[in-house]
Amino acid sequence: MKLTINGKEIEAARGETVLKAARRAGVDIPHLCSLDWAPSPAASCRLCVVEVEGSPRLLTSCTLEVTDGMAVRTHTPRVLKARRAIMELLIASHPQDCLSCVRGGDCELAALAADVGARRRRYVGAVKQHPVDISSPALWRDPDKCVLCGRCVTVCHDVQGVGAIDFTGRGFTTKVAPGFAVGLNVSECVYCGQCARVCPTGAIVERDQVDDVVAALADPDAVVVAQVAPAVPATLLEGHSKSEGVRVMLERLAAALKRVGFDAVFDTGFAADLTIMEEAAELLDRVQNGGVLPMFTSCSPAWVNYVETHRPDLIPHLSTCKSPQQMAGALIREVYPRHADLAGKRLVVVSVMPCTAKKSEAQELSDVDHVLTTRELERLWGRFGIVFDRFTEQAPLDAPFAEATGAGRLFAGSGGVMEAAVRTAAVMAAGQELEGGPKVAEARGAEGVRRFTVTAGDARLNLAVVNGLGRVNESVDGLLAPEAAVHFVEVMSCPGGCVGGGGQPYDTDAQAVRERLERLYEVDRRSRTRRSHENADVQALYEDLLGRPLGEVSHRLLHRTYTDRSPHRAAV
Amino acid sequence: MIVVAATAEAIIAAREGSLTRDQMIPLLQEIQAAEGFISAAAMVQVAEALETPVSRVYGVATFYNQFRFAPLGEHVIEVCRGTACHVKQSLALAQHLKRRLKLRDDGNSADGLYTVVSVACLGACSIAPVIRLDGEFYGHLTTEKLDALLDGVEAGAEEAA
Amino acid sequence: MNHSELLTPCCPRCRHTTATPCVDAIACLDHGPICHDEEACRRERATRLERARRGGDGMTLYVGAGTCGRANGALTVIERMNAYFDRQGLRVPIVETGCVGYCQREVFVDLVTADGVRLSYCDLGPETVDEFLQAVFGDGELHNRFLLGRYDDPDDLYRGVKPIDETPFFARQTKVVLANCGVVDPASLDAALAAGGFRAAARALVTMTPAEVCAEVAASGLRGRGGAGFPTGQKWKVALDQPRSQKYLICNADEGDPGAFMDRAVLESDPFRVVEGMLIAAYAIGATRGYVYCRAEYPLAIERLGEAIRQCRAAGLLGKDILGSLVDFDITIKMGAGAFVCGEETAILASIEGGRGMPRPRPPYPAVSGLHGCPTVLNNVETLANVPSVVDNGAAWFRDLGYGDAAGTKVFALSGRVRNTGLVEVPVGIPLREVVYDIGGGAPAGHHIKAVQIGGPSGGCIPDEYLDVATDYGTLQELGAMMGSGGMVVMDERSCMVDVAKFFMEFIRNESCGKCTPCREGTTRMHEILSELTERPVGDDLRRLERFRGILHLEELAETVKETSLCGLGQSAANPVLSTLRFFRDEYEAHVLESACPAGACTGLRVFDIDPERCTGCALCAKNCPSGAILGKRKFAHSIIVDRCTGCGACADSCPKQAVLAVA
Repeated sequence: MKLTINGKEIEAARGETVLKAARRAGVDIPHLCSLDWAPSPAASCRLCVVEVEGSPRLLTSCTLEVTDGMAVRTHTPRVLKARRAIMELLIASHPQDCLSCVRGGDCELAALAADVGARRRRYVGAVKQHPVDISSPALWRDPDKCVLCGRCVTVCHDVQGVGAIDFTGRGFTTKVAPGFAVGLNVSECVYCGQCARVCPTGAIVERDQVDDVVAALADPDAVVVAQVAPAVPATLLEGHSKSEGVRVMLERLAAALKRVGFDAVFDTGFAADLTIMEEAAELLDRVQNGGVLPMFTSCSPAWVNYVETHRPDLIPHLSTCKSPQQMAGALIREVYPRHADLAGKRLVVVSVMPCTAKKSEAQELSDVDHVLTTRELERLWGRFGIVFDRFTEQAPLDAPFAEATGAGRLFAGSGGVMEAAVRTAAVMAAGQELEGGPKVAEARGAEGVRRFTVTAGDARLNLAVVNGLGRVNESVDGLLAPEAAVHFVEVMSCPGGCVGGGGQPYDTDAQAVRERLERLYEVDRRSRTRRSHENADVQALYEDLLGRPLGEVSHRLLHRTYTDRSPHRAAV
Repeated sequence: MIVVAATAEAIIAAREGSLTRDQMIPLLQEIQAAEGFISAAAMVQVAEALETPVSRVYGVATFYNQFRFAPLGEHVIEVCRGTACHVKQSLALAQHLKRRLKLRDDGNSADGLYTVVSVACLGACSIAPVIRLDGEFYGHLTTEKLDALLDGVEAGAEEAA
Repeated sequence: MNHSELLTPCCPRCRHTTATPCVDAIACLDHGPICHDEEACRRERATRLERARRGGDGMTLYVGAGTCGRANGALTVIERMNAYFDRQGLRVPIVETGCVGYCQREVFVDLVTADGVRLSYCDLGPETVDEFLQAVFGDGELHNRFLLGRYDDPDDLYRGVKPIDETPFFARQTKVVLANCGVVDPASLDAALAAGGFRAAARALVTMTPAEVCAEVAASGLRGRGGAGFPTGQKWKVALDQPRSQKYLICNADEGDPGAFMDRAVLESDPFRVVEGMLIAAYAIGATRGYVYCRAEYPLAIERLGEAIRQCRAAGLLGKDILGSLVDFDITIKMGAGAFVCGEETAILASIEGGRGMPRPRPPYPAVSGLHGCPTVLNNVETLANVPSVVDNGAAWFRDLGYGDAAGTKVFALSGRVRNTGLVEVPVGIPLREVVYDIGGGAPAGHHIKAVQIGGPSGGCIPDEYLDVATDYGTLQELGAMMGSGGMVVMDERSCMVDVAKFFMEFIRNESCGKCTPCREGTTRMHEILSELTERPVGDDLRRLERFRGILHLEELAETVKETSLCGLGQSAANPVLSTLRFFRDEYEAHVLESACPAGACTGLRVFDIDPERCTGCALCAKNCPSGAILGKRKFAHSIIVDRCTGCGACADSCPKQAVLAVA
């Protein structure tokens, strides 16, 4: 069907909203409450109103579906006046501490205010006065800064299926909060951080650890090392030419980190390969020795939190493997001092992650000292004057954790752990490669739940990939059913996997996540080694230290236990 | 606390089989009718019974004026603040109550005997100004009539004691 | 009453049972028996009908025991009556009815005499009931000081008594919706049937197609009586045309407008009419499930409606295969939980579905996609209560009821500073002045009417000089008010219009669901500005400047909230401000420029002074001052610290020497 937007005719599909059609036509309509990848916009912020011929009222373009012959005007004087008035109302009750706000300089609300020309603080009156919630190790909430757009509530309930926060109260005193307005630490929150990624203000943010890192770097008695997750370079490549690969970006990152004072930089992808060794071994052990099946992956910490708080009945199904971050942390503490002379200084391990839940995991398991999200990394550059976009130096990553296979890099995307695991499990179980080469196309894709079977020799494995916590509830019964005979399930908390993690750059755009996934597939395709067990560093590690997967040392360093943390039972 | 939880459990159990999301408000109303207020424990039980997050139950409960989260005083006074009552000086009644009963900010009297709430409109405008005391309407009120009413309540309480 | 005597078979030849009345069961009430010819059965049926109509065989008392009657002691009156009859050894049945509308003169007691004529008495109460009983039953003095009028008296037996509809309060009314209210036992299906109930439903279900019902209602010009005034038949037709098997009908009884109580009165006084209206509507749109969403503040209405539904179910007028027509329909009552916004139709849906009552944008309209995504028609109580009469008497009859082009009647709730408060039902389009002065009796003695607030928080204040306007949807809207649900609060010169605007803005601010920005933030800001105007400016020059700036912002804010809010609540939230600004600008100017409230209603602007000549220094004022604003030595003249004074007037009230004077 055809409609005109500001006099220009464009094609649109049935069911498309005017907001989206306009964006395709190059017209950006300001909006706060709608997310293009999440369901049911609330039409609550009212900023996206437009004039439509034949309608006396202004209509919200986020809910208005196109009709054939519709004539829309998106920036008429009436609309501009309304938008500015709405924005003036929003900022009237908003704290005026932009200079010291963690979102300062990177605030969607401030940008929108500039766009609509709200440049005066017109009304003086009541402002919100809620306490700040700093109870959680991963996410901090400042409800005073909340504009009640509801994006966080939408992602928490409708996308992630967690339901830790919701609107409470009503009218001017409405506030987004956990049940009983308790702290996040005792709520059902699993710290996936999707709320923080979509928040247009500083109302929900990651617990910022930049200062901790800066302090460690300044400490003459500390050796500070970093590990970088595979999703981070894949994300930082945004806006760069296609010829630059993940590997180049990783080395550039290493150089920049060393420039600001890190003593060594490791590739968490190495630990991903190691995870595969342990996890594949655990899977085969469970299959061969009648262990609890299906086995669920444990590398996504928000998923682990989800099991512990929402579905403790699944604990026996969780792999006992630590996540790559924690494996890397444990090994760095164990092995790095043998490689480098620490001269009696304390070792500080910092990880750079796309994830907010890693912060809580690090605090709990204490293999890692500080976790910086991709967003905080940007702040670290700012602190040290690094203009990363123009930074071209490269430095090799440091031994003994410098190497990752294509399989290890795939960890950053939904289905990647599964793909990496079956490449190795096939060899472990049947002594031969997967039929059809290393690529496991069934593991890739955007569907919420992907089930498939792979064969290698006589071995057949029934597998499933669950893409996002929001898909757990709908699929878990089917996956647990004995007749389904599922062996192994990968669950990634965030839709798309770590590349769409809660610590990733602020964006509300699904396309960016898809592009990051493509970059992962590309780096895997180009890798010399594409199977985790072929990682030379990993092989060396088993020879020197670990012995064999699931061995005694592995058990001590690389595996963990879980606790039932269902939050409200105790309250009753 | 345990008693409260047991009541909620019984109320939920009585509806077993028809527990869908649209039962949330009726369940909360029934629990409040039985207990006088809705405890956190009861909300958790409702959430579990309806397989819905606790945050949602709390969000729904705090949206509606009717729900209370702490025990009420022995006598509940609802002061109507509708238009007709406003025009006929209901604000003076509310202020008088506040002074006489030494109400705290939460609407409870210091001695725990009364809970006073403002109601948007009781729908008895023709006999404004109106209050409802323990479910009974009293119309055409003045501060003097109100005092007489409360004197009666308190005399009754003393007699009972 | 547990089962319907009227619907009980007259003899074994009747083809139905009480629980499954046959296709002709309702027609049989008036013309039965239809399926067989038998004089004895005809007589039996006539006797039953007469008994149901009178409420018994001999004398019967009807006591107005709606919410207003009860507040005036109706239940005590009944207790006293029973005690009296026990003492006297008399057996007189007492029937509790709802409200006849004349709330000002409750308690109403109607006496059906041995001759079957109904006499109406009023102004009764616990103190006077014994006098009344003694007069009627002791002295046989039917003509006593409580007598108001008589109902139908075909043989003119009580010639000296004025017919009730010639008394000023009732003379100009046209009762359709309220016809049975206060007259017919609301707890008895038989009483409703005897008063003509369910004739229309039977006709619709048995002889008309759903499309014909929609067309009839559309032709009648019936518009939604809840406020928006959308044509009812048109809405039904949209839902009827939806190709879905599951559809819903919702009766909106969440009468939240302060100043409106007609829905409560109808549900308390004639719940069967609402059930019948719902049955017809459900048939017209093809709904098998109905809800009544009733506010929790109306316990008596919920109780009586619940009882009516139960009786209808037992008599086969709800449930499966109603009246042998293959139509299924049943009704569930949902109690509101205290949220004004739940009168908005999409908010009701959210609330019934178990969520926060937050509206969603339309389209899609509920008639297309409503409850659980199914086509859903929402009509308010009064609208549905009109439906049986429309079907019974035809569209043309209904159209003719109104003035000019307007159709039907509208129930108004008259309250505030007016002599006769209560419910009045008048033809749509009647001049407002007739309602307020002729029916309402004008302002109380010594006062004069300043304005009439109509339409609740969505409406506006119409000044006295505009009261000749017609009460129809369009005219009221032109004046910045609206029909709304029909609340009519009369204000005299003692009311300040800035204070009234502030009052409504406080109401809306408290009731805003908080979802959309303009309503949530805008009403807060407007309320702050209005509050500022009703307080004395204190503090530095900047504060004073803010106060002045506020008024400049007020109109602009009002426009923004009106233009951009999500739902009707927000879109109309500014109306009380805009209408008072339009008609009473001088009052605003007095508040802004002179810090004075001409009506003397804004306590925050009052300034008191103590006359040192009169003050004896008794210190009573200082003792009563809640803000510690009065200083003085015992036995010496006291004085007021103006900046601390909140203008409450407690000092003036307590001074035995009238030494405290309001100086502004």
